[in-house]
This record gives sequence, C-alpha cells and structure tokens, in this order.
Amino acid sequence: MPQILVEALAKTYRVAERAPGLTGALRGLVHRRWRPVHALANVSFSLEAGELLAFIGPNGAGKSTTVKILSGILRPTSGRVEVGGLVPYEDRVRHVARIGVVFGQRSQLWWDLPVIDGFDLLADIYRVEPQRYRRRRDELVTMLRLEPLLDQPVRQLSLGQRMRAEFAAALLHDPAILFLDEPTIGLDAPSKLAVRDFVRRLNREQGVTVLLTTHDMHDVEALAERVIVIGQGRLLTDGPFDSLRASVLAERRLHIDFAGAAPVLEMPGVTVRARTERSLELAFDPTKIPTPKLIAAITAKHAVDDIHVDEPAIEEVIARFYDLHDAGEA
Amino acid sequence: MNALALYGRYVATSLRAQAQYPTATLMLTAGHCAATAIEILCVFALFHRFGSVGGWTFGEAAVFYALVNIMFSLADMLSRGFEVFGTDFVRTGAFDRVLLRPRAAALQLAGYEVRLSRLGRLLQAAVVLVFATSLVPIAWDASTIAIAVWAVAGGVALFMGILVLQATLAFWTVDSLEIMNVLTYGGVQAAQYPLNIYAAWFRQVLTFGLPLACVAYYPVLAILKRPDPLGAPDWLLPLAPIAGFAFLALSFVAWRAGMARYTSTGS
Repeated sequence: MPQILVEALAKTYRVAERAPGLTGALRGLVHRRWRPVHALANVSFSLEAGELLAFIGPNGAGKSTTVKILSGILRPTSGRVEVGGLVPYEDRVRHVARIGVVFGQRSQLWWDLPVIDGFDLLADIYRVEPQRYRRRRDELVTMLRLEPLLDQPVRQLSLGQRMRAEFAAALLHDPAILFLDEPTIGLDAPSKLAVRDFVRRLNREQGVTVLLTTHDMHDVEALAERVIVIGQGRLLTDGPFDSLRASVLAERRLHIDFAGAAPVLEMPGVTVRARTERSLELAFDPTKIPTPKLIAAITAKHAVDDIHVDEPAIEEVIARFYDLHDAGEA
Repeated sequence: MNALALYGRYVATSLRAQAQYPTATLMLTAGHCAATAIEILCVFALFHRFGSVGGWTFGEAAVFYALVNIMFSLADMLSRGFEVFGTDFVRTGAFDRVLLRPRAAALQLAGYEVRLSRLGRLLQAAVVLVFATSLVPIAWDASTIAIAVWAVAGGVALFMGILVLQATLAFWTVDSLEIMNVLTYGGVQAAQYPLNIYAAWFRQVLTFGLPLACVAYYPVLAILKRPDPLGAPDWLLPLAPIAGFAFLALSFVAWRAGMARYTSTGS
C-alpha cells in the first residue's frame, strides 16, 4: 500500500463571468453567469514512503490545487485520495497532525514573537510531549544552524533565515510526510543550497517522504529522482528526470573556441546555434553523430583553443516539453 | 494540551506580542477609553434634558449601559480573529494555514489576537457601573452578583455569535462586511437603553431575533428588583441570558456550513 495514493482526481471550480466595465459589474450583481474551470482532470499517481517527488508545471497548471487537496484544505470534485490510510479532507485534524507543510510565500511563524516562542507554541498546538519536543527541536536547531536566531523576533529575520526557521517549525512534530510549496522562491544562492541540502538530508537520513512543487529547475535537478509534470490540470509525465530529458531533447551542445576566425561548418545532422568571430555553438544528436567523431572531424581541419560539451539547460528542456504538450501558462 | 489550556497559551502569546509595542498599546487603550466615554455623556445629556425616559432614571439606564459595554468589550477582545476573518484570513489565504494545524479552526481564530486596547472600553464601563451603583440602590448580594455575571457571560456569547456570523458571511463575500457593524455597534447602542422605550416590533426583534434584551434588559430588571413594565414574569428574568448561548450555538452551525463551502471552493 503506497503512502500517498491519488486516483482519478478532478477539481472543477465555478468562476463568475463578468462583462467588462461598470455596467458589466452591475449586471453581474443581478444575474451571474458561471463558467466551469477544470483545475485538475483525471490525475493519478502514488508515492511510497521515503520517496522524493517534484511536482512541476507552468503557473495555473494545478500544482497548488493538488497540494491543497493532499493537505486536507480542499475537497476534490471527484476521485480518491488517501494519505497514510486517511482521506485528508474527511479527517482534517488527524491528517494534518501527521504532515508538515512549508509554503515559500507564506509564514507560519508569529511575526512579533521570538523564533523560540513560536516553536514552543507549535509544540502545544501539535501536542508534542515536552521531552520529545526538546530533543527534536535541538536536533533541528543544529541541522538548520538556528541557534543565533532563536531569540530574535521573526520580523527581524532575513528571508533566508526565516525559511530555515519555517522548516524547523514544520518538522517539530516529526511528520512522516513533508509538502513543500515553492520552498526556494526568492532566496539567494547560499540559502537555496542550504534548503536543498537540508531537504535531501531529511529525505535520505530520516526517511521523510517529500513532495515538492517548484519553478526552480535546479531544485528538481538537485533533489528529485522522480518528476511529475502537470499542465492545464492534466498529468503529462511521471518518471525520472533523465527519461523526461531523453524523450524531449536528446541533443548535446558543443562549444568551440577557434585559434583563428570561426569557419563556416556544413555537416549533416549538426546545426549552428550561435556564432561569434572566433567561436561556435553547435547542436547535434549523439545517437546519430557520436561526440568523439564530431570533435575529431572538427579538430582535424581547424586549429582549436578550447572545446566543451554540455546538455541543454533544464529550463530549456522543460520549456520544450510544455511546448510539445501545448501546456503553456493557463 | 487541551483546548482551554491552548487557548490560554494563545492569549499569553498575543499579549506578549503587543508588549513589543508598549506605547502604541497604551495609547490605543487610552484612546478607546476616551472614545467610548463620549457615549455615556450622550446618555447623560439625554436624561439631563428630559429628567427620565420611559420611567427610568439616569442611574438605572447607566446600569444597562455599563453591563452591555462590559459584555461587548469582552466579546470584542476575545473574537478579533472572527471580526477580521474576511480581510485577514480569507482574502490573504492565511486561513489555509489555520486549516493546516490539527486544532479546531474556531479555537485558533478566537485566540488569534486578544487586543489589550479593548480594556479601554471595559475600564470605562466598569467605572460607569460603580458610579451607577451609587445612584441606584442595588443590593450587591450573592444572587444579584450571580445574575450579573451570568448576564455578562450570556452577553459575551451573544456578541461573539454576531462576530462568528460576520466571519461566516466572509466565506461567501471574501471581505469582512462592515454592514455587520449594524449588529455589533448598533446592538450595543440599542441595548444600552431599556427595552420598553422601543416600538413593539423592535422589542420583538431584540427579544427573539437578536436577543440583546435577554442578556441586558431582563437580567438587569432582576438585578434592580423591578417587575417588567412589559409584563414578563419575574421568574423568567434571570433565565433570559441563556438566549445568548443559544445564539452562539446557532452561529457555529452556520460557521460549519461556511467551512464546508470553503473546503469545496478554496476561496
């Protein structure tokens, strides 16, 4: 039995249609016309305990709706959801006691209180036994380097510091499942790395199941073995990121700096993506032209200063994937 | 930790947060005290001009005034989360965070913010009560004190019920509706005068619709040991405040319907 089970999940909202302008707004007061919006349609997936899954998709794709349903805030229109044997929206209080949630855009700490006071209050809210609470809190404080921040009111923390405190706050009751909704949004580079490192440790060392939504593809690259892409409410793919990449954009990129002027290259299966006076960027399919052969062919004819191969950036892969599925921003 | 103890923790937390801004809190409290004190001056002006209104003296009216304001200030202090529910919770999405915690949403909202500045109105009303006692012969014995406490409890429940209804409407309208102030502030204004000065239809409203008379007028008659000029039996007077609790219970029925709607629409 998987820890999280989602079957044929659908959520339809009713949205009021309004004619533009003041007359339209007034007419809307008297006679409203509703239009159904399918936020989710027939989404199914399951997650075993200890997995780390990234949920990605353009804005408005249905990621937040899915997370809200899984965390018990929202009731689906149809379909079946079970998390640890409970139906989240039927048994909210019992369910939320067993999960942790971090929203990148929203704080769950008390703005005017020192961090530590917020933690104490959360321990009471979640009914964590004092001894267990102290042990868990000390562990999280060490892992997230929160010691110097504990006495500061939350409003004085930087965003990076606050996110570390948010993570601790979401984990004080030792949940088996953690939902992260865009946890690195707006963070500077070192803070992003710290968050990723912490999530990875939590997942690997403590076996916490993690479901993460993000727009930052480096989060996906650094963390997730498994990726679900949704677009316009539909599940588009579910699998390891590498197979997504292979199915979408198998090409490699060859960057060459020439000793002299960059030549005009005409080779079958190779396209020139960019050129400057002394350099070229080529795109090719390694299954058709093996990389060593291509390099050998070029260096045989031209004097080369430097050469390196890379893959398309993950953003590019995803953008291409959205295009292929016509899943741009809704 | 049980719900009541947790509520106490919420209150303590809120007080500590306000202690971060001591000057602002003090000035708000003083301002609130002064602003509400104007109201008793208006009542005094009215009685000064006409001598007595509907067979009541100023001292007796001041007892109504004081008890109603004590009820309202306590309810207002304890239900801030419901009062600002639309603007601060539904519109901002902060209600999601409330739902993510393994406790009743109503408990979390009640403990959201206990505003010390409301002590201003409470203090002012308490002063008026002491003053009124010197004007009217009230025998503060165990039974009258018990009736007063019971009436205040019923009144706090009633005003909380209004604020819970106001919050419930926000599930549909998203914003907190200022129009509900007609019931809260308007209710305080209406209930601080004795019921028999009003027209019959309005008396019906204040007894059976929004039962303010049940938590103010009737128990105060019992405290003053006066028979009801409108003819309600004496034994009924001290029981009337139970209507406040009934009103609160009904408000929570509506609240549950609102919660169910929220979880199915998410907005």
